[in-house]
Amino acid sequence: MTGSARPPTTATNDSTDPAGSVTMASTGFPELDALLPRLAAVPALEAAALEAEQVAVLGRKSGLLTAALKSLSSLPVDERKRFGAAVNQLKGQFEAAFAARAEALEAERRRREAAGLDLTMPGRRRWVGAEHPVTRVVDEIVGIFRELGFAVATGPEVETEWYNFLALNFPADHPAMDMHDTLYLDTPPAEGEPGGRLLLRTHTSPVQIRTLLAGPPPVRVVIPGMVYRNDAIDASHLPAFSQIEGLAVDEGISFVDLKATLTHFARRFFSPATRSRFRPSFFPFTEPSAEMDVECQLCHGRGCPACKGTGWMEILGCGMVHPAVLENCKLDSERYTGWAFGMGPHRIALLRYGVPDIRLLLGGDMRFLEQVGRPGGTDTGGVDA
Amino acid sequence: MNISLRWLEDFLRRELDPADVTGRLAMLGAPVDAVEPLHRDLSEIVVGLVEDVRPHPNADRLRVTSVNDGTERRLAVVCGAPNVTAGKKYPFARVGATVPHGKGGVPMKLEKARLRGEVSEGMLCSARELGLGQEHDGILELDTDAAPGTPLPAALPLADYRLVVDVTPNRPDLLGHKGMARELSASYGTPFRLPQIPGAAGIDVPHARREGAAGSAGRLRVTIEDPQSCPRFHAAVIRGARVGPAPEWLRRRLESVGVRSINNVVDATNYVMFELNQPMHAYDLALLRGGSLVVRRARAGERLVTLDGVERPLTPDMVAIADAEGVIGLAGVMGGAGTEVSDATRDILLEAAWWDPGRTRRARRALNLSTEASHRFERGIDLWGGDAAMRRCIELVLATAGGELAEPPLDLWPTPTHPPRIFLRPARVTQLLGVELPWHELERHLVAVGATVVSKPEDGRIAVDVPGWRPDLQREIDLIEEVARLHGYDSFPAELRPFRLGTRADAPEEAIAASLRRRLAAEGFYEVVSLPLGGDHAADSVRLLNPLATDEAWLRRRLLPGLVRLVEANWANHVADVRLFEIGTAFTDAGAGRRPAEERRVAAVLTGRREPAHWSGTGEARFDIWDLKGRLEAAVALAIPEAEVQVEGQALVVRDGEGRVVGQGGPLSADAPPWAAPLFGFELLVDSAPRRPAPFTPLPTTPSSERVLALLLPEGVHAQQVETVLRRAAGALLERVDVESDYRGAELPAGTRSVAFRLTFRAPDRTLRDSEVDEAESRLLATVAEELGIQRRDAASRDGG
Ligand SMILES: [Zn+2]
Repeated sequence: MTGSARPPTTATNDSTDPAGSVTMASTGFPELDALLPRLAAVPALEAAALEAEQVAVLGRKSGLLTAALKSLSSLPVDERKRFGAAVNQLKGQFEAAFAARAEALEAERRRREAAGLDLTMPGRRRWVGAEHPVTRVVDEIVGIFRELGFAVATGPEVETEWYNFLALNFPADHPAMDMHDTLYLDTPPAEGEPGGRLLLRTHTSPVQIRTLLAGPPPVRVVIPGMVYRNDAIDASHLPAFSQIEGLAVDEGISFVDLKATLTHFARRFFSPATRSRFRPSFFPFTEPSAEMDVECQLCHGRGCPACKGTGWMEILGCGMVHPAVLENCKLDSERYTGWAFGMGPHRIALLRYGVPDIRLLLGGDMRFLEQVGRPGGTDTGGVDA
Repeated sequence: MNISLRWLEDFLRRELDPADVTGRLAMLGAPVDAVEPLHRDLSEIVVGLVEDVRPHPNADRLRVTSVNDGTERRLAVVCGAPNVTAGKKYPFARVGATVPHGKGGVPMKLEKARLRGEVSEGMLCSARELGLGQEHDGILELDTDAAPGTPLPAALPLADYRLVVDVTPNRPDLLGHKGMARELSASYGTPFRLPQIPGAAGIDVPHARREGAAGSAGRLRVTIEDPQSCPRFHAAVIRGARVGPAPEWLRRRLESVGVRSINNVVDATNYVMFELNQPMHAYDLALLRGGSLVVRRARAGERLVTLDGVERPLTPDMVAIADAEGVIGLAGVMGGAGTEVSDATRDILLEAAWWDPGRTRRARRALNLSTEASHRFERGIDLWGGDAAMRRCIELVLATAGGELAEPPLDLWPTPTHPPRIFLRPARVTQLLGVELPWHELERHLVAVGATVVSKPEDGRIAVDVPGWRPDLQREIDLIEEVARLHGYDSFPAELRPFRLGTRADAPEEAIAASLRRRLAAEGFYEVVSLPLGGDHAADSVRLLNPLATDEAWLRRRLLPGLVRLVEANWANHVADVRLFEIGTAFTDAGAGRRPAEERRVAAVLTGRREPAHWSGTGEARFDIWDLKGRLEAAVALAIPEAEVQVEGQALVVRDGEGRVVGQGGPLSADAPPWAAPLFGFELLVDSAPRRPAPFTPLPTTPSSERVLALLLPEGVHAQQVETVLRRAAGALLERVDVESDYRGAELPAGTRSVAFRLTFRAPDRTLRDSEVDEAESRLLATVAEELGIQRRDAASRDGG
């Protein structure tokens, strides 16, 4: 074998510089060497010429290399082998060169085609869905309290009067009951049922009782769920809506812990600079009781119609767990203290998404759900965002 | 509760700014819902002195007056009022001033006018034109020393602010101005005292005569027969009163709290209620029959026409006030019309009683009759405050209606008691509030709410006698709340202190629901949260006892029907692409005496395009049953993993490991517009058992061999049956079975379809030989032929598939 021809392979053939990779060396046969300029010219051929050249060189019937092989018989025996090998090598070089050029042309074609696309045309999308705004509010609240070591607790929506009222220190026949317009079931209670009548829970607080009865403190739980009131439907009332409560009971828990935790919550949920305040209030199951206001998210405390000019928005009720509640749960109220809060994710969702009518949260209007389900734009804690 | 700012000013003897008071009350636990200005629109009206009155030259009904409005010039004013008199003062509106209630009741700006040829430079006003009453036959005569030209609000106690206060049910004391004044007094650090009653100087009402369950008032024998419901009853007789219109100041005071003036006596009782929170009642003594007054239970069948003119049936659960012949009042709720004080009344019986809160509440609920009195008795009034209230009321009646108190008031109190004494431990205060407060600060706050600190701290505690007007103060914690409240919630630090983690485990169902929500949202579904109440029901539905509406009378037992309604609502909005899901509770009746079964369920509906329309032409396909089935299977895997989707007829049914139906899916019928795409949906039980992660199976290290079997399935043979047989017959080497195609065509043997199954064989430990796989394939073909009558599809007819 003469020369140092390396068979070019497509693997080493860089389509961006096709000419550089074709090795041109004498075959030792003048009639074959005559084809070398054509081999060198392949990288410059356009598509039509390339096709014609492929036929001209490699064509099975009248290709130049086919013809060269046919002339083999006219050679002396000892040269036949060398010549045959040289033809095959040259054939390989041509094949590689044609393949490289074809690939380069194809790449060029694709490049040109891509440059002609109107990329302003809309892309192809998939349907996306979303969790309900109320669910997202609940999840966010739960997430913040999980950071503070709270677990999630749940309980039944049908309750007895004992769990819903009496265990929570609601005096029978007291006006405090007027704060909870109750829906009762038309199902008679069991014979001797100490819990009294069956009702739809008016708050998630019965789960506080169930949680405390389940074992000794420390207890740190958040309780999301649906609650029911005998309220007519209007722009701000529903007979069923979500509530989320929190409960922390242990030794050494004080009003300072309540304030600190809920203040931290407000800053995490709204914004780090959110101011909050605690006002005295009344709930039968907590004492001292408080309402927590946060700076109005619309006017940031300057006062506006939404906050009736006060600059504050009431977001939750809270307080120290009433000793009577602990005692009803068989806990030593001298040893254990605790705090609890409750708030309404439906109401907070209205605030957060700037939705004027709670009935929108009830429906399944795709246009509404798509709008409030959009990612971003609604997770900064303020409707002003 | 309506509170008059001016009334509070009279208590505190200082000017109050409504915004400042609002802020303080909020931080004391009595938020103000609204501040309503009263008669603030009278600032342009002044006191006018009519100096001369002469006839109008051209009109008999009119007069021309000369009005001194405090300026140099006398103004000519034409007046049609019959009562205009020279030398008297009247409200006067100058030219340019606005009269609040002009013609048609709307504000009217006065202009210089000519009336029947005479110039009129202003207007003398009636009470109605100023919004001060209904009288309009004459102009309002002013009884004032104020000089002409003085703005009317400065001359009369008119201008006020009404604060609408949200009083919590534990604070009955705040239903009276005195209670509010006490709170503000603590807040401002200034004393307060009862306002002087105009015209009452020199009236000295003696203290009550204390009796047991019976005593006499005038010639009346008064008896408490039900001391449980009425532990204390005060009565007093005033003779020779002149019942008539109440004086201006009293009318204004009641108006400021939103109460209409009736007459001087009734107004006096209302005044005392709004001031001292003791509801009072006045009877026309002459209308009481038989010389006796008895507090007793009502008898079955007794009826009473109450002051509002409605006849009401009474029950033995209710407490009544009766004379010798029958019931004359419903205790704690409303008096009777038959003994009402009228202009003809001369002798009056005043009553101040303490009625049992629970019984009052039950009576008012039974009769659906809520009154200012029942509101207060339900919350508990001051058992020890009746005497002072009675004396205040007598003072008012004597000052405004005259008459004579025949004898000291009667105080029936069968079992006298003291207000409770509570012990407060400063250490407990620190434990609960997290901050150590010096004991003198504790004392200061308790004294401010009217408690008496009986002893200095000893044995680590102080004894506190609570005031009667605070029935909410019953145990130590109640005092601690007072201390925290008056210390100011804002004064406590908000520093996060170390805490112990809770010992309760997370409820697994919330995490499971969350995983379902994420999955369905990623699949393009929107979550809805709908009302679990509705009108639809079945035999095992749970019914409500007291629903507000018939379409909210039942608890839902399924979620899917509600979702279908929502799809229909979307169609009504011309929204065709709807994908909704809900996770919520469903209820089924479990029989009398048993709690209904509560299940958490997930449901989803889908209709419309499978993906959003795209200009390239994709996205035109509509959802079909296979979309539904795939999503149902995915939901089952998350919601109730041990269950599986089965085919029963043309329905998809989900059964759990014990064969119970736990869900279903398929096409849904709905009220669909013609353009709507088919609607599909599923509903599924969500199992709340905690999930374990799926265990790892080693990845294959050997190559697989695949075969495609195109099988001719006769009608009635299901792909799943075939798969089951294939899996069983092939044994462990068969790794997967996938359905590749389902073809029907005329060239196939009649009554068959061609289903191609791609079978993947693999041995975990070695490379399968072709002969092994061939042998398995032959065996499978033989088995499906034998068991299901299935033939392999002829190679020649394949092209159609
Ligand atoms: Zn605002």
